[in-house]
Amino acid sequence: MCKTINSISSTKKKKSKKIFTNVKEKQYVGFATLPNQVHRKSVKKGFDFTLMVAGESGMGKSTLVNSLFLTDLYKDRKLLNAEERINQTVEIIKHTVDIEEKGVKLKLTIVDTPGFGDAVNNNECWKPITDYIDQQFEQYFRDESGLNRKNIQDNRVHCCLYFIPPFGHGLRPVDVEFMKALHEKVNIIPLIAKADCLTPNEIKKLKDRIREEIDKFGIKVYQFPECDSDEDEEFKQLDKELKECTPFAVIGSNTVVEARGQRVRGRLYPWGIVEVENQSHCDFVKLRNMLIRSHMHDLKDVTCDVHYENYRAQCIQEMTSKLAQDNRMESPIPILPLSTPDVDTEKLIKMKDEELKRMQEMLNKMQQQMHDKEQ
Amino acid sequence: NLNEEKRNLSLGGHVGFDSLPDQLVSKSVTQGFCFNILCVGETGIGKSTLMNTLFNTMFENEEASHYQNGVYLRPRTYDLQESNVHLKLTIVDTVGFGDQINKEDSYKPIVDYIDTQFENYLQEELKIKRSLFNYHDTRIHICLYFIAPTGHSLKSLDLVTMKKLDSKVNIIPIIAKADTISKSELHKFKIKIMSELVSNGVQIYQFPTDDEAVSEINASMNAHLPFAVVGSVEEVKVGNKTVRARQYPWGVVQVENESHCDFVKLREMLIRVNMEDLREQTHARHYELYRRCKLEEMGFKDTDPDSQPFSLQETYEAKRKEFLGDLQRKEEEMRQMFVNKVKETEAELKEKERELHDKFEQLKRMHQEEKRKVEEKRRDLEEEMNTFNRKKVAAETLSLSQPLKKDKDKKK
Repeated sequence: MCKTINSISSTKKKKSKKIFTNVKEKQYVGFATLPNQVHRKSVKKGFDFTLMVAGESGMGKSTLVNSLFLTDLYKDRKLLNAEERINQTVEIIKHTVDIEEKGVKLKLTIVDTPGFGDAVNNNECWKPITDYIDQQFEQYFRDESGLNRKNIQDNRVHCCLYFIPPFGHGLRPVDVEFMKALHEKVNIIPLIAKADCLTPNEIKKLKDRIREEIDKFGIKVYQFPECDSDEDEEFKQLDKELKECTPFAVIGSNTVVEARGQRVRGRLYPWGIVEVENQSHCDFVKLRNMLIRSHMHDLKDVTCDVHYENYRAQCIQEMTSKLAQDNRMESPIPILPLSTPDVDTEKLIKMKDEELKRMQEMLNKMQQQMHDKEQ
Repeated sequence: NLNEEKRNLSLGGHVGFDSLPDQLVSKSVTQGFCFNILCVGETGIGKSTLMNTLFNTMFENEEASHYQNGVYLRPRTYDLQESNVHLKLTIVDTVGFGDQINKEDSYKPIVDYIDTQFENYLQEELKIKRSLFNYHDTRIHICLYFIAPTGHSLKSLDLVTMKKLDSKVNIIPIIAKADTISKSELHKFKIKIMSELVSNGVQIYQFPTDDEAVSEINASMNAHLPFAVVGSVEEVKVGNKTVRARQYPWGVVQVENESHCDFVKLREMLIRVNMEDLREQTHARHYELYRRCKLEEMGFKDTDPDSQPFSLQETYEAKRKEFLGDLQRKEEEMRQMFVNKVKETEAELKEKERELHDKFEQLKRMHQEEKRKVEEKRRDLEEEMNTFNRKKVAAETLSLSQPLKKDKDKKK
């Protein structure tokens, strides 16, 4: 009933573009400035982005977020002991920061999910997370359908980074269950966490295995949109490399170290220095470019046009089917309101007729008998 | 009582009993040694690789899947030899540990396995004809608990599991895949882990410091727990040597480099210094505790109510009598029950018989009554018929004689 649209950008691109060029009269109309106008207006309006991070405790989520946005969002957080975590429930914690770069303002919200996968019994530990996402959709739905739509706050989750531990041989049951519970509600980007414990061969093996298992279990992770056919070769090559690199193997760092004469974000080991932004060390740069520099808006679009629309359609359908059910409950005479009364009363009439006939016959009989007896 | 005062005597010359330890060693070398290691840790954490690295062999092992329904233990026994020393090594793996979504029962198969090995030994010990000297001892001498290198603290599963195991086996916690933790993080991590273990009362194995020869090294090693290890069977050329290492784009982690990880410390402690102590502890402490609990469960005591020492034989005899008495009593009960049941059924049958009889009598009476009534009716009917016939005859004769009579009347 509810069609799940997987990617909308591919359908957009399929429409052919007719390009009119006025060769004869090279008079400048001026709508080529539209992009500039859009740019100006958007800078004035500012942007917002909501990013969710999920995964077991100790996977380096906070460190990665700090590395991505070059700020420290988790200054005074308190971590729980093992004992406290035995029966821990999942919480949802939001951090909102306003950051600015070259005049462009971004309201960044990070949604943390502490406690996920940390208890001994993790049955349905993703439920608080799916509930949260649904709540944001519901709130937006209500706001959108309201009368005053001037200041709608968009708290919908645009992207969820899921951290897979690098210690195993692939996806674990909890990873599969989590992603399956969320893949139709939010854009999931799976990441291999703490990738500095894997050699390049091991990383490749693990990525292949994870991609295989994602296919096998039918998990729909975020797909990068296809390139425009008129993009240059270099861009297409980069795009291809990006797609073949998933899931990204990332490393984060809160500290700056000195490497090769420069001060970079990295991790200092006795056997060498891991540089977070070194592409031969990990895929951090690819993730950052994709998440922030090229696909942030696409993530928002897919959230609005696909996930939210699915939610909305489902919601409306549920409401209408419920209404129909309620209607049915009130009057005992169902679906066809006009024909049925006739049928009923006719039946009744028939019945009564027959009874009368029977009684008449009996009466006649009795009369006859009496008559005979008299005689 | 014998005078038990001991006197120290000095020897006049070399007697030669200083060769006793050598005789013992020679005997044990001939016998061969046996060592059993249990590796507990989540799938993929590096248990098999570490075993391969420790014993410098490629033990056969397939990669385990993450989708087991539960935890099961997989013991594998190998015969190793170094110089002229034979070692029968058993490595027990916990397959599927940490993979399930609900891990509340994950510790049970592990505890059951350890107990079963104790039980088997106990059974052998209690046999009348026993052969302990060539019994293959499968009791776990050491449990290596693999902690994931999160850098924060123990996982809840780790705490719960170690608490269930610490009274049954020697535990050495190790931090696996330690090449993902930097030095400063490692220091904090180790402190956090040890403090969590202490505050939750988890007893881990302490390297013994009572033997002078090794007390110093053991004491210093105790301070390095949990050991942060890295395992590898691949070899990398570093300088002009080939060493076991892991090669990364940013450097090479050498397994046997003490400034890279604690692998060498683990090997020293586990194999080269304390292996025998681990075996001893398992037998003298963990096994004895199991045995005592088990026997107490069965009702054995060391002293009777009068505080006189009991021997095992007496207790056994007493238990046996009790058991036979119980058996007899149960037999009696069953017999009684059977007899009662028979009586009951007999009574029931008699009752039924009586009812049937009564019914029969009743029916008979009814039948006779009916018969009588029918007879009566018949008689009545016959009488009626006779009467009718008489009347008929009378009427006929009357009708015949009637005209005559009329005539007669007329004539008169």
